[in-house]
Amino acid sequence: MTNIVVLVKQVPDTYSERKLAETDHTLDRESADAVLDEINERAVEEALKIKEAGEGEVTVLCVGPDRATDAIRKALSMGADKAIHVSDEALHGSDILATAKVIAAAIGKVEGVDLVIAGNESSDGGAGAVPALLAELLGMPQLTYAHHVSVEGSAIKVDRETADEGITHLEANLPAVVSVTEKINEPRYPSFKGIMAAKKKPVETLTVADLGLDAGEVGLDNAWSTVSEAAPKPPRTAGEKVEDDGDGGTKIAEYLVGQKLI
Amino acid sequence: MAEVLVLVDHVDGEVKKVTTELLTAARALGEPSAVVVGAPGTAGKAKETLASFGAAKVYAAESDDAASYHVAPKVEVLAALAEKTSPAAVLVAATPEGKEVSARLALRTGSGLLVDAVGVESDGTVEQSIFGGGFTVKSKSTKGAPVISVRPGSVDAEQAQGAAAEESVDVPAVDAAKAAKVTGVEPVVGGDRPELTEASVVVSGGRGVGSAEQFSVIEGLADAMGAAVGASRAAVDSGYYPAQFQVGQTGKTVSPQLYIALGISGAIQHRAGMQTSKTIVAVNKDPEAPIFEIADYGIVGDLFQVAPQLQEEVAKRKG
Repeated sequence: MTNIVVLVKQVPDTYSERKLAETDHTLDRESADAVLDEINERAVEEALKIKEAGEGEVTVLCVGPDRATDAIRKALSMGADKAIHVSDEALHGSDILATAKVIAAAIGKVEGVDLVIAGNESSDGGAGAVPALLAELLGMPQLTYAHHVSVEGSAIKVDRETADEGITHLEANLPAVVSVTEKINEPRYPSFKGIMAAKKKPVETLTVADLGLDAGEVGLDNAWSTVSEAAPKPPRTAGEKVEDDGDGGTKIAEYLVGQKLI
Repeated sequence: MAEVLVLVDHVDGEVKKVTTELLTAARALGEPSAVVVGAPGTAGKAKETLASFGAAKVYAAESDDAASYHVAPKVEVLAALAEKTSPAAVLVAATPEGKEVSARLALRTGSGLLVDAVGVESDGTVEQSIFGGGFTVKSKSTKGAPVISVRPGSVDAEQAQGAAAEESVDVPAVDAAKAAKVTGVEPVVGGDRPELTEASVVVSGGRGVGSAEQFSVIEGLADAMGAAVGASRAAVDSGYYPAQFQVGQTGKTVSPQLYIALGISGAIQHRAGMQTSKTIVAVNKDPEAPIFEIADYGIVGDLFQVAPQLQEEVAKRKG
């Protein structure tokens, strides 16, 4: 039986305008629509595929404010078995290192974890480092940026694919941390039955204290880095737009010469 | 002057351009020491380039393990060197692997982590461009010497002579239960075109290109301009062009001097990957395409008419 923890995150929809709060430069969660990050659906899908190939249990783990419940329910409606939701005001403004410590502590609440699966990077913070940090904190191998995963017994093989490294074939033994890229699979749509079943699945809500962590280790004031300034970029303004009268290519060339670009 | 550790990004000792950018950025903070982690013989190959971009020291961390385990050896070597040298900062490329290495290192050394910097100031403050270029942020470490990953292509590399005094350092033994073994690599076959994130000109095609075969129009113009080829997610998802060339929220972020968008409507996810380009030129049939809202110069027309004509004009001017 493969015991899998999948990390999910609620993020501002990339289709809406994303902002930082003016007061403390943290993510302005109210200004944009909140959705389950697309990459997490692929992480859930991969966990379900591994479970369905043998036996297993899939626990969804989410750190985020109360309204992140929507993201958790979506993952459960796809077919995950249960969920842990770490929600605590004290977490507001935590840096990535503290966030990883919280996630690692929450994973520690699940007994006998074989596999931790996450998206390779979120669409909001995008540091792409939480899976690596979990490997560091949990003392597990990292097999990240996977576009293919295979688990046989206690061995795991991953094809890592990144735009600048190409493909790297990785092997390790479980337990391990995996992150997936958007090329790995096509996530299933939750069925009506799945949506109904998700409402009854257990969601355990934990605070920082429940995890045995000190509030002095998390939050904005205890972050190891700080944002001193943040400003929206002035929007680009549209330049000249002309209809092609058969000389469009020449006109671009003339424009580029004028700009000393060719 | 305090040392600044720079992790050398290389393929079998061939130094990647981003390393020269890191060494340039490091000189604002202190004296750059290049850290080469790889198979025996790697540092020797890299040394000349490292010297010509101002590396005062070259730490050679070479072993078979260093090349055959993923990420972990680099973290171990940097952590040991950070303890030994008390650097002013550690600089790493903000590539997928570099971001992973830097995060684990920051945790290990108890330092603030600054991710994907587009500029580094002498006091260790960095500038970051987030939400696909929608916001500019300045941040700094509040604990320990900062561990900074720097976005490739964001710093202009400048040559400076360095002594590049080589010093070999041990690669701590890797615990096989805590690291993945590399059993094979298939590097990206770059071809003759410049790397997408490093190119000063990028020519990209979108859904409007219509087929994989017709992407030759994009490639033809790109080659005439010495440009890299990019593709929108729509073009990649339609199978017109390989995923490694995708520009946008889920692909690469580029910031060239000139970005030419052909048959790309300009969905917000695409704009997130290219809107910080210095100059944007767009060609699209649809006069209402959102790409025109951010283009400095736009032609409403058929890319199959416009692109070849532009290619001819460029060739003419090059003589």
